[in-house]
Amino acid sequence: MISKLPLTQNINAARDPVNLETYEANHGYQAARKAVLEMSPADCLQVVQDSGLRGRGGAGFPTGMKWSFVPMNTDAQGNHVSDGHKYLICNADEMEPGTFKDRLLMECDPHQLIEGMILSAWTIQADVAYIFIRHEYHLASKLLQEAIDACYAKGYLGKNIFASGFNLELYVHSSAGRYICGEETALISSLEGKRANPRAKPPFPQISGLWGRPTIVNNVETLCNITHIIRNGADWYKTLGIGQDHGTKLFGVSGRVKNPGCWELPMGTTIRELIEQHAGGMQDGYKLRGFLPGGASTDFLVEEHLDLAMDYDVIGKAGSRLGTGTMIILDDKTCPVGMTKNLVEFFAQESCGFCTPCRDGLPWSAQVLDDIESGNGIPADLNTLQNQVRFIGAIGNTHCALAPGAMEPLASAMKYFADDFKAHIDGKACPYSTESKAALASAGVN
Amino acid sequence: MPTIYIDDKSYDVPEGDNVLEACLSAGIDLPYFCWHPEMGSIGACRQCALVQFRDADDEHGRVVMGCMTPVSEGARFSMNGMKASEFRKNIVESLMLNHPHDCPVCAEGGECHLQDMTVMVGHRNRRYRGKKNTHNNQYLGPLINHEMNRCISCYRCTRFYNDYAGGTDLSAQGAHDHVYFGRQQDGNLESEFAGNLVEVCPTGVFTDKPLVNDYTRKWDLQSAPSICTGCALGCNTSPGERYGKLKRIHNRFNNEVNGYFLCDRGRYGGAYVNDENRAKFAGLRADDGRYNAIESQLATDTLAGWCVNTDRIAAIGSPRASIETNYLLRRVVGGKNFNSGIGDHEASLVKQISSIMQIDSVNTPSLRQVESADAVLVLGEDVTNTAPRLALSLRQSVRNLAKKMASDMRIAHWQDEAVRVLAQDCLSPLYIISMAESRLDDVAKRSITMSATDIARFGFAIAAELDSSLDSIAGFEPAHTQLIKSIASDLSSANRPLIVSGTGCQDQAVIKAAAAINRALNNSNGMLSYCLNEANTLGASLMQDGSEASLKELCERASKGQIDTLLIAENDLFRRAPHQQIETLFNNINNLVVLDCIDTETLAQSALALPSSSFAESEGTLVSSEARAQRFYPVYQPAEQRQSSWRWLTQLGQSIGLESFEKFTEFDNVTASCADDFAVLAGIVEASLHGDYRYRGMKIARQTHRNSGRTAMRANISVHEPQQAIDNDTPLSYSMEGVNGKQSSALTPFVWAPGWNSNQSVHKFQAETGGALKGGTPGKRLFESSSASSAESDRDKIPVVEIPGPFEAQQGHWRLLPLYRIFGSDELSARSPAINELTAAAFVEISVDDAETLELLDGDGVLLSLPDTKVCFEVIINPSIANGCLGYSVGLPGAPWIAPRSSVTIKKNHAWSNTNRDNKPAKIVIEPGVSNV
Amino acid sequence: MNQSTKKDNSQANARIISSILTAPELAEIDHEISHAPYRSAVAIDALKIVQKHHRWVSDESLTGLADYLDMSTAELEGIATFYSLIYRKPVGEKVISLCDSVTCWIKGYAQLEKHISRQLGVGLGETTADNRYTFLPAPCLGACDRAPVMMVGEETHLDLTPDKINQILETPILKSPAPKNPVPKSPISKSDGGQPE
Ligand SMILES: Cc1cc2nc3c(=O)[nH]c(=O)nc-3n(C[C@H](O)[C@H](O)[C@H](O)COP(=O)(O)O)c2cc1C
Ligand code: SF4
Ligand code: FES
Repeated sequence: MISKLPLTQNINAARDPVNLETYEANHGYQAARKAVLEMSPADCLQVVQDSGLRGRGGAGFPTGMKWSFVPMNTDAQGNHVSDGHKYLICNADEMEPGTFKDRLLMECDPHQLIEGMILSAWTIQADVAYIFIRHEYHLASKLLQEAIDACYAKGYLGKNIFASGFNLELYVHSSAGRYICGEETALISSLEGKRANPRAKPPFPQISGLWGRPTIVNNVETLCNITHIIRNGADWYKTLGIGQDHGTKLFGVSGRVKNPGCWELPMGTTIRELIEQHAGGMQDGYKLRGFLPGGASTDFLVEEHLDLAMDYDVIGKAGSRLGTGTMIILDDKTCPVGMTKNLVEFFAQESCGFCTPCRDGLPWSAQVLDDIESGNGIPADLNTLQNQVRFIGAIGNTHCALAPGAMEPLASAMKYFADDFKAHIDGKACPYSTESKAALASAGVN
Repeated sequence: MPTIYIDDKSYDVPEGDNVLEACLSAGIDLPYFCWHPEMGSIGACRQCALVQFRDADDEHGRVVMGCMTPVSEGARFSMNGMKASEFRKNIVESLMLNHPHDCPVCAEGGECHLQDMTVMVGHRNRRYRGKKNTHNNQYLGPLINHEMNRCISCYRCTRFYNDYAGGTDLSAQGAHDHVYFGRQQDGNLESEFAGNLVEVCPTGVFTDKPLVNDYTRKWDLQSAPSICTGCALGCNTSPGERYGKLKRIHNRFNNEVNGYFLCDRGRYGGAYVNDENRAKFAGLRADDGRYNAIESQLATDTLAGWCVNTDRIAAIGSPRASIETNYLLRRVVGGKNFNSGIGDHEASLVKQISSIMQIDSVNTPSLRQVESADAVLVLGEDVTNTAPRLALSLRQSVRNLAKKMASDMRIAHWQDEAVRVLAQDCLSPLYIISMAESRLDDVAKRSITMSATDIARFGFAIAAELDSSLDSIAGFEPAHTQLIKSIASDLSSANRPLIVSGTGCQDQAVIKAAAAINRALNNSNGMLSYCLNEANTLGASLMQDGSEASLKELCERASKGQIDTLLIAENDLFRRAPHQQIETLFNNINNLVVLDCIDTETLAQSALALPSSSFAESEGTLVSSEARAQRFYPVYQPAEQRQSSWRWLTQLGQSIGLESFEKFTEFDNVTASCADDFAVLAGIVEASLHGDYRYRGMKIARQTHRNSGRTAMRANISVHEPQQAIDNDTPLSYSMEGVNGKQSSALTPFVWAPGWNSNQSVHKFQAETGGALKGGTPGKRLFESSSASSAESDRDKIPVVEIPGPFEAQQGHWRLLPLYRIFGSDELSARSPAINELTAAAFVEISVDDAETLELLDGDGVLLSLPDTKVCFEVIINPSIANGCLGYSVGLPGAPWIAPRSSVTIKKNHAWSNTNRDNKPAKIVIEPGVSNV
Repeated sequence: MNQSTKKDNSQANARIISSILTAPELAEIDHEISHAPYRSAVAIDALKIVQKHHRWVSDESLTGLADYLDMSTAELEGIATFYSLIYRKPVGEKVISLCDSVTCWIKGYAQLEKHISRQLGVGLGETTADNRYTFLPAPCLGACDRAPVMMVGEETHLDLTPDKINQILETPILKSPAPKNPVPKSPISKSDGGQPE
């Protein structure tokens, strides 16, 4: 019986991380062996394309389509011929506030990721792969390195893997900090040992990426999915989702809920089910005011959206993004302005400093939010913020997607929590701080 | 030519451009910061935003960056729509958040690109209530001032400094809104091209330090089109003056020559004209050796008196003086009594080079053409130090492979980062065979060093490898044989191979070897470029018909008492021949007359010293090493009795009644007469326009129309405005009245256009943004190669090849190798204070092995025994110097003239200390009423 | 004939550098170089290695490292100052990174920050007088389900409360030997807002 929750099938919080032995006992590396020995890269690509897998790094770009842009040189017999290196990079930077899913996958089942990477590398014929992992994930790095060493020892990595003639070197590269490193082209700059400034696209990394060579960057969770897609086929994969999108997804909830955490659930699971069943609903004494459905760079949604399915297009239509699928809950005792300020400050601090709207515009937005939050706001500030949203908020206005992402929570907060903004400015204080509540009460404002 | 639509108007735009370039070319003022026509696009500032529509029905469109968007047939944009203009306004507002409001005290004020763009987008009101970020400034040396708070993080500085010019000591540091552009620590900026930061930076972060210290606004500068006298490349400059002082030199765009950039020698080397010690008055030496200031008329009369016996006079011209000065001097004394002043050995080298350049099949490239080379061999020339701007062009040439790779991937060349990323360290081949390591080695495929003799041998071996009809040369070690093969193969497989050589080795064989390789390549696109020393070296050399005397001959005649009066124009002979020889020459002459604009040792020996005006105060024609004749114009009126050498000579000629000198009162007549007399110089009349050129009846204004007037400087004397000086010789006027912008391209004193106060306005003067100037490239090439002529018939014209034997180190004797320095080797620029600060003391360089043998350490002193003298130099141990050779610094303070290719003995000087040198040049003082030593 | 070919000064540099960078550091850096296309490609790894051994990157280390990697000090400085986890100013024996991102903020970051400051007697960006701790804010540490979170050294601490923090900070810290030649405070901060970055 094939698991309906493949990504976490080996994961049991009470147990040690899955080692090579256990992993292999559960069909581990069978897909990889089969693919490199029996399937052509084109076959693998077809399966991935058929599966409809969409990238789990936040943007939801169809993985098969992304891979199809990698130039493949074949000889008359259709065999792949190399004209230099190609690279596969696993994006394990996971620095988007509120996101904590990739860590789980890497800490609990490192081989699942490695097998996914072998399969992906085979498909695009990459001979070198990197796992770009954030510095703070010491345990995950260590476990991955141990797992990689075990694979090298068994001939699953390195030269002539599975005696197939295919070579693949896999390295763990630990970052030196900065959220922007998660942006795929900035990640590539960083991997090259440079300042992590994003690069203009086109040319896309698939054509000219790491060291100017064809490169694919995929999220940890995306690559883990590959393992199961190749192992069980596209048709099986399509049966997993319950909405429009296919497969399962790691969903998470954090904030003031009873049982914050991360679960593998079918794509299309409703938000209500996530929050009420899995996360146990709001903590006692707190009410739900809104939530960021997929990490810090997604728009707030509110109660009326609770019955939406967690599918890329459904959430998109509601005005937000599925993002990383890890949700942050805003409760009724937390100031929405303060929360927005915290988010914008994060993005301002993490701007790479390359392009103007982001480098200078985000700190300005943060400054205005700080003024409002601290009771120094003026009515014109709301116009300024709206203006900033227009100016920074669209993809293309800035060099990369960091700054537009930063504007999503701000834009939606001003839409859904307009009264709160106004109250701050009119009352010249944050109504959520205990002192000001007392002051406002004594002044007769409620 | 694709058609694009901007605000529903259609424009035919050049294929391959980006939309920003296309807009600017079409005359549309689209604001921008980070884009630069030479450096391409990176999309950092987001200032050049437009809205692009999918099609005619798309009503919303999306914001795109003009500089990152290729033009494509039928593409539709809006520039004036609310969305686009609001966006651009927001960008400026964002940039201004942290920008100080210090325009009134900012050195960029009035020519600030940020000011221009701020006005252009209409940003006025400040909404930001926070504090501004502040930064520490760094000491970056004597050339550049640093004021980081003004930074708008456009990344232009590091892109120019590192990516374009190959510097390594400037970087972007920090992140988010704390990005910092500077060095790791305080210190001199190391790149020879650092000065371009002044023009590349769109605000006042990097400013011209000498200007900052003695400040004038751009609008108060008086300017004229000029030519750099720092080396022979003939870069076009725009010097600015106020109150009789040269304040700064800016680049003057010339598409074929310097483009947008100068070297620091050129930019900062002109300040010598402000030297207090420059003579202002004619001086007659009294018996006690002091000079008495005399009236100009008296000076001319005296001189005329000394020149009556035309058989017994002689004259020495100068490679740093204009064609016209040299010509008149020659006319005064006649060809056989005239010497070009180049110095005998160098003159023979230059003659060799100029005859090679005149061979039909030889293409001498402009700097722009150098940039198109796809394989380069530098044979024996330390380009960075002898022809600095050429080094910058060579650095661009190696990127042609990257551009080719990009074209193959259909990535536009202006996609700067994408091209670099794609190509990584793939460079077109550049080979450097030189005497010591060079600043271009970092981009060379291979660079090797050896003695000058071996360089020539190596060159001939490459030629032989390319052309089997030539005798092959044996005796190379296997690694070198291999290298010779790979150089030959890279050159022969190139489309546009380039050989660079020059007089740097002071070796005929090297020059011939370069020609032999060019010939052996037999490629009609092949290019051969020779570096020469001074601004008019080629011009002075071309003005010869074979009748002239060598310096040696003149000395002999003088020693026989055949010369009474010797006239020297703008030349310090002690820099051309052994000290003893020149001393003797001067002793053997009754009347030594020297015209010069600097005070030299030669001037100090004159019986009559005549103050001539410098390049900044006179007009003249110079012929660059590319054989491009170009005209420079007076920026301001010379002070007191100073006047152009050509004028002094005209007056002399008239006094002694020489034929046709009466018409030489007009500058153009001198030029025309010279062109008539020397067929090879016929083109000089086309170097610029005739003095009576007018644009719609108007002269060209040297002053901007906002000039504040020039009276305040005299307020302590009189509040009445003095009459403007009248300029009868040139189409320019000393006034703010006149045409600005529409004049012929060779006559642009400064760039300015409405709304564009900064130097970015240059695009308004270009036919197509980034391309040639409207009205064509200034200057006239004297010889054009004709690829039509059969290369075969040229064969005879290629100099006879005598292949030297390999260099053998001789025990106890060292072969001298001339080494040059960008700061100090050139006579004129070395006198400008900022350059002087960067000038090293005279030195010799020795190999590690030889230093060990002689027990020498870095910083020790050694005594060189030259035929006529002994000199002491500081020792630098340089592993790249060949054993048995001794590199010596040419022209640096404290270094005497040394005969080329000499062998010397050397000895450690134990008494030497590098603190007690006095390298000050001789000074003479001529002031009315004060006679002095 | 003498010949100088394109740069390979790494040998010569190695001598000078070994006085600044120790043999184990060099070995680790060399290992990184062994699978990089060129030396400067490992700049970030090398900075991290140096920092692992010295806790921070001094001017001397920076210069030595730049030479070793065939790159300019300015370029390496540009890289070092870009990344938030490369310290160009000295830090204490352990860095306390208290997550200040959104979930932790919701769950009481502000109080914990005050609490830690009070306990340590230093504010954010500062190092305790005994040089044991440097207290820094950190962006989301990827454990939002267990917020509030902080890291002390390499260890992540979850579900923080003031009491729990007291316990953690009282755990004796393994004292690593103090650097032999204490390096002077770096003059590196060229911009204001001076946290070690
Ligand atoms: C500012 C920024 C930060 C990002 N951070 C991450 C990250 O930490 N992890 C990740 O997988 N993707 C991140 N992404 C998305 C990546 O750029 C890229 O789209 C993703 O790694 C592609 O993988 P996928 O196709 O498998 O989703 C980030 C994007 C932006 C703009
Ligand atoms: S939006 Fe611009 S400044 Fe911000 S991170 Fe992206 S490239 Fe850097
Ligand atoms: S000029 Fe186009 S983004 Fe800067």
